[in-house]
Amino acid sequence: MDVAAYAKLLPDITPRNKPYWDGLAAGELRLQKCAACGRHRFPDAPLCPECLSGESSWEAVSGAGTIWSWCTMHQKYFAAFADEVPYQLVYVRLAEGPLVISVLAGEPGEPEIGRQVHAVFQPIAGDRTVLKFSTGAAA
Amino acid sequence: MARGHDLHEYKGDIAMAMKDVAIVGVGTSDFRRLYADKSQKNDVYQLAAEAFRDALEDCGATQKDVDGLLCVNIKYGPFGDMTGLTGPGFVHDLEGTGRMSGVALQEACSLVESGAAHTVAVVYATNGRTAGLKYGGGDADPAGAYDAMYGMTSTGAYLSMMYQRYRHLYGAPEDALAPLAINNRANGARNPIAVFQQEITKDEYLASRFISQPLRKLDYCIINDGAVAFIVTSMDRARGMSKKPVRVAATAGRAELGRSYISPDFYYATSAAVAEDLYKKSGIGPDQIDCMQVYDNFLPTILFTLEGFGHAPRGASWEWIRDGRIELGGERPMNTSGGHTSESYMQGFALHVEAVRQVRGEAGERQVENCGTVQYMCVSPIVTSHIFTAD
Repeated sequence: MDVAAYAKLLPDITPRNKPYWDGLAAGELRLQKCAACGRHRFPDAPLCPECLSGESSWEAVSGAGTIWSWCTMHQKYFAAFADEVPYQLVYVRLAEGPLVISVLAGEPGEPEIGRQVHAVFQPIAGDRTVLKFSTGAAA
Repeated sequence: MARGHDLHEYKGDIAMAMKDVAIVGVGTSDFRRLYADKSQKNDVYQLAAEAFRDALEDCGATQKDVDGLLCVNIKYGPFGDMTGLTGPGFVHDLEGTGRMSGVALQEACSLVESGAAHTVAVVYATNGRTAGLKYGGGDADPAGAYDAMYGMTSTGAYLSMMYQRYRHLYGAPEDALAPLAINNRANGARNPIAVFQQEITKDEYLASRFISQPLRKLDYCIINDGAVAFIVTSMDRARGMSKKPVRVAATAGRAELGRSYISPDFYYATSAAVAEDLYKKSGIGPDQIDCMQVYDNFLPTILFTLEGFGHAPRGASWEWIRDGRIELGGERPMNTSGGHTSESYMQGFALHVEAVRQVRGEAGERQVENCGTVQYMCVSPIVTSHIFTAD
């Protein structure tokens, strides 16, 4: 892994998304929740796309999800991942609704569509923690 | 599995149809020649201007006859300057994405119908090969960074996610896309301007390397240089021009906008809504289509399209395309110029030109017999479709 190139790919921490990143560092998945209609959203956004309310709070959610699909990237698009190919990516539907791209943390074999997963929190270089998922199969 | 696109639903309602707009002139680069000469750096404005000149010549018009200009992936200023088209009454640039090809024709039709312009030129050009475009791995927007941080990038990879799920839901085997790859190449072999003109076998398809698995290189559009132009005007004016006009019998569209290119139902509901509207407006249903031009940025898009537009049963298009139905001489020939994996990746614009050439009977070795009705379909975050007919 080209750590310097990888650091550049990470989303910048902004006042608006800081609660998300603070949550990961604390071992929690926190999502923005509309104060008016209760809809969860990801990534952070100034308005609720459902009711357009600008009022929201950040709440810890279950971290439970289901694998919607997955793929294996063979192409070297990013310098940061050039040494990693081929690598697997998953698309997870969180129990609260939003869909997120992520990876399974250190699990052998192929992801399985429909499989239940839960959030895990992986510290990385540069004082950040990132969201990954586990089926519970790994140690 | 049953579809709701029975033809009887589409009778009547013809008053809503767009009966008075036609494509009268078309022009394209020689994609094969441009691709073969890799030493040449191509200028998009030169490519655009040459395609525009060819389209004007095709219909016997000059730039003085054009009073509406839609530029796609290029800017109207340098283009107007280069072509002497300095005073059009209406001008608009559209972003350089595949979904815009259907939108551009819709806008041209609306301009002509409303009288905002009488004769509209739609001009698209790309020098993606010269510029070294990769369509992935670039700077992500702030939301896209949440994907890029895991190494997720490129429209093809999002398609591969949808296709993996499609295979899981409907049992499509590993070689399910092979007939589409083979068909595009077989058609490209009959198209003198196609970039790739050699036919391929299923074994060659299966030997193609993975890009974003389950998708292979042969499931991906080409990255090449070229340009496309077409001239749109009213049917009344069209009848006085040099070529047989090709009527835009109807067009329809609907967006499905979201952060991700991944549509949870593979754009099915959106496509079905567009199909419903299109078939109602035209009074023409899928069984009456002689030839299909299907936007194929990546080959799974064709499966999603055939199902959403009622050509094939939901979940079974991968079976429907086997056994020759989509080949030249088959029941519903598709992507007769070779599509985006064989002719050229002109982001849907060259497929419009192929539709015109088929209706006119100008497609040479790849001409569909008695081709009176051609449907263009594009499944993407803006789903569009048109039906073209002979006057």
